Amino acid sequence: MPLSPLQAVAVIATVVAVTVCCRALPFLVFRDDRPVSGLVVYLGRILPFAIISILVIYCLRNTSFTAAPFGAPEIIAVALAAAIHVWKRNNLLSIGISTVVYMFLLQVVFV
Amino acid sequence: MAKDTSKTLRAALTATAPVFFGYIFVGMAFGLLLQKAGYNALWAFGCSLTVYAGSMQFVLVELLTSWVGLAQTAVVTLAVQARHAFYGLSLIDKFKGLGKKKPYLIFALTDETYSLLCSVKTPEGCDRGKFYLLISALNQSYWIVGGVLGATIGELVPFNSTGIDFAMTALFIVIFVEQWLTAKSHIPALVGIACAAVCLLLFGTDGFLPPALLLTVAVLVAGRRTIERKIGPPAEEPAGDASDGKEAPGSCR
Repeated sequence: MPLSPLQAVAVIATVVAVTVCCRALPFLVFRDDRPVSGLVVYLGRILPFAIISILVIYCLRNTSFTAAPFGAPEIIAVALAAAIHVWKRNNLLSIGISTVVYMFLLQVVFV
Repeated sequence: MAKDTSKTLRAALTATAPVFFGYIFVGMAFGLLLQKAGYNALWAFGCSLTVYAGSMQFVLVELLTSWVGLAQTAVVTLAVQARHAFYGLSLIDKFKGLGKKKPYLIFALTDETYSLLCSVKTPEGCDRGKFYLLISALNQSYWIVGGVLGATIGELVPFNSTGIDFAMTALFIVIFVEQWLTAKSHIPALVGIACAAVCLLLFGTDGFLPPALLLTVAVLVAGRRTIERKIGPPAEEPAGDASDGKEAPGSCR
């Protein structure tokens, strides 16, 4: 273990605390029948779309397009996951096939 | 009563079936990564039980690999999890009147559980709170089983797991595609991509997430009138108390 057990528990507890706060916030702010402002309703409707895009970029943040293989494994696997999902709309197929292909590309093709 | 419970359980199992496959697989990827980082199955169990957050647990593996301090840990967590604060907005009405079940439902509000609870209909004659609780608890149990399996397999069978963390990226791409296909406007998604890309170039890989979120919110607030014209008015909230077990169609998104 790279961290001491106490440090690891402290890190996990911090992550739990912040996560629970984020999830509970709207339920604490808009208790009972206090009306929700129009701006908040608007953000609640559209932010999930914007945030998932940011998270996709976040996952791909360490991809290098300036050195070989110029992000080829990522581009191929991302395109594959999206294409399979548009075609079949099946989470397991999309995630499973694209991950296995990505692992194959990293370990065998672009070594 | 017992008949009702088994009917509710059957409905919850059916509703969570797609999540079952995703969570077992992605959970295993998490367990494997955690095991590679030097933590055994017990740690995987503890993380999945207490943290219970898909993407955040992958970031957690990084945080458990090298000590960055608790302040930095909190900032990174906030950056990854802040979106959940907005998810709850669409469920305030659905969770009304659920009493003692509510704290767990809120604790267990992952991306996948959120989208399920937004879209499911409580079967006729079933208790809404019980149905939601079963969905949430089933999802978490899949996630825990996946994590423990991954860590155990990683301990028993040495195999090259390089690249398995792509499962998380793939999960987000799947959610992205689902949202893209159902969204009335693609502007929010495009704004998110553009802001993230710009901030990634400006701030680098380590610190771009908080500014990207802030910039995105700023741009979306500035473009509110244009976007609201495209997506139309918000769905009417159901009037009266929500304890009659009726569902409000279209109260999400």
